[in-house]
Amino acid sequence: MTWGVGANDLANVMSTTMGSRAISVRQAIIIAVIFEFAGAFLAGGGVTETIRHGIFDVQLLSSQPETLIYGMLAVLLAGSTWMLFASYQGLPVSITHTIIGSIIGFAVSSIGVDAVNWDEVSLIGASWLSSPIIAAIFAYGLFLSIQHFILGTATPLKNAIRYAPFYLFAVGLIMSITTVLKGICHLGMHLAVWSSIAIAICTAFLTLGVGTFLIRRLKLKATCPEGDSLHTQFIQSERIFAVLMLFTACAMVFAHGSNDVANAVGPMATIMSIVQHEGKIVIDNLMPHWILFMGCSGVVIGFLMYGRKVIATVGGNITTLTPSRAFAATLAAAATVVFATTTGIPVSATQTLVGAVLGVGLARGIGALNLRVIRNIFMSWIITLPAGALLTIIYFHLFQFLFK
Amino acid sequence: MSITSPIFNIFGPSPIRPLQQHMEKTYACAEALLVFIDAVYADNWVEAEKLQEMIAGLENEADELKKQLRLHLPKGLFLPVPRTDLLEIISAQDLIANKSRDIAGLILGRKMVFPTAIAPRFKAYLQRSVAAARQAKEVIFELDELLEAGFSGSEVSLVENMIVQLDKVEHETDEIQVIIRRELFKIEKEVPPIDAMFLYKIIDWVGDLADRAQKVGGQLHLLLAR
Repeated sequence: MTWGVGANDLANVMSTTMGSRAISVRQAIIIAVIFEFAGAFLAGGGVTETIRHGIFDVQLLSSQPETLIYGMLAVLLAGSTWMLFASYQGLPVSITHTIIGSIIGFAVSSIGVDAVNWDEVSLIGASWLSSPIIAAIFAYGLFLSIQHFILGTATPLKNAIRYAPFYLFAVGLIMSITTVLKGICHLGMHLAVWSSIAIAICTAFLTLGVGTFLIRRLKLKATCPEGDSLHTQFIQSERIFAVLMLFTACAMVFAHGSNDVANAVGPMATIMSIVQHEGKIVIDNLMPHWILFMGCSGVVIGFLMYGRKVIATVGGNITTLTPSRAFAATLAAAATVVFATTTGIPVSATQTLVGAVLGVGLARGIGALNLRVIRNIFMSWIITLPAGALLTIIYFHLFQFLFK
Repeated sequence: MSITSPIFNIFGPSPIRPLQQHMEKTYACAEALLVFIDAVYADNWVEAEKLQEMIAGLENEADELKKQLRLHLPKGLFLPVPRTDLLEIISAQDLIANKSRDIAGLILGRKMVFPTAIAPRFKAYLQRSVAAARQAKEVIFELDELLEAGFSGSEVSLVENMIVQLDKVEHETDEIQVIIRRELFKIEKEVPPIDAMFLYKIIDWVGDLADRAQKVGGQLHLLLAR
């Protein structure tokens, strides 16, 4: 299951980064491994809860826990089947959509339409509509700010060096603030709000420091802005953005780990919780770490085996995505996903990223966007919900037939 | 087997590079006129014919590029600039190639002889016209940077300055045209009448070449104004 996530989802999430060729394949893999784990462990709690308890009331099944186990197994199997099928067909489906669709399908078929917490579901649905839009607006604004402060000026290189720290700081802040506010307490550490914020700011400064160091290492000649043509200055500025990109890639994978991995292992956690409590359905918010670990390992292995080929092919493709564009799109998407995670809403990282890319396109940043492809992508997301639901219902009845 | 995430297909082929390739071919047509006119002045018609064929060949290639670009601008493509503007620019560029081919064709077809009284000035005139085409090419090659800067800021003013420069070059050709016509008028009685007619025509066409180069700049200016 999580293997499919790694193969399809994580590769999608890395697409802008790889498309801009800001980082090498090896760097991408290292980032993916570290931050996928970090995201899932540090910030993933809330979403799993929504998946496990938010969509329908599991207590309705307290008399027949085995039904819940079959159901969750069916959800997992349906998710895997659909993900594999989609990967094979080349559809960029999102694991989030699949899982939610599957769970709804299970709840409706096993208990009834009323069992589904439709308020929660409509909230999730609304967030699916709004998350790409928010990401698009954010990306649009971010790109305009890059244009205004750096690329549109007479001395883009000088300004890039001057303003890069601010962007770095923002990346660090967005990532760390959600982690310390939400994630740490999930791990059992409770911090006062002010100390959380202090830690977040420290992390942001750390990001700033490391980033500045890396930019210094580029040894750019910024001293003679008149000497260089705009053309060479643009090239040099893009190299700075490539460094920034390194950090936003981390943020994006982190966000992906925090939301999507948590979604994928949600049903698994439900099953384990029933098994651990000897057949009783207990609402506990603790996610066994080994499940998360397993989930992450699956994602990473899937990414290494399959997603790697994806990014390798992309390396050869000609895209018009420069690091500055990729930076704006990725940061916007990462921020949106991380924010959604904090509020416990399961959004799709892929979907958000597509929204963000559109946002940069609207700011006249990208040479050409294929609207037909984008429409197809959105269509495949809509199909995913009923497909996941239907597959789950089939598997669920199959299990009941086999084991009863 | 190619495994690509469909996400990557979001990024369509940018039309800017094909546009520049077309401009490159177009300019090559115009530039070849300078070598061609040297061959004509040297009365070397074998060489001139070869060059004329080369120009016609380049013009064909440019036509092909133009067709390709038009075919690869489907409606579903979301571009940072209006599609109509791109199509206008490529049409304007194409006219430069067409005119270059016509000029070479007419001179070769009639084996035109330029009277010594106007020959040096005519060459300078042609050089100026080709310079206008070169400036148009350089403007088109700034499109990369324009996209990089998101069509805003100081890169725009840089390109606008280049377009002003282009207008200036075109204006110079206008001035030379007036002088060269006056000079031709003085000696036209000594030239066979039909030859004189066609000399006037060629002078007109060389002026058109610069006009069309200017039009490329004008179209780009329009694009920037939106």
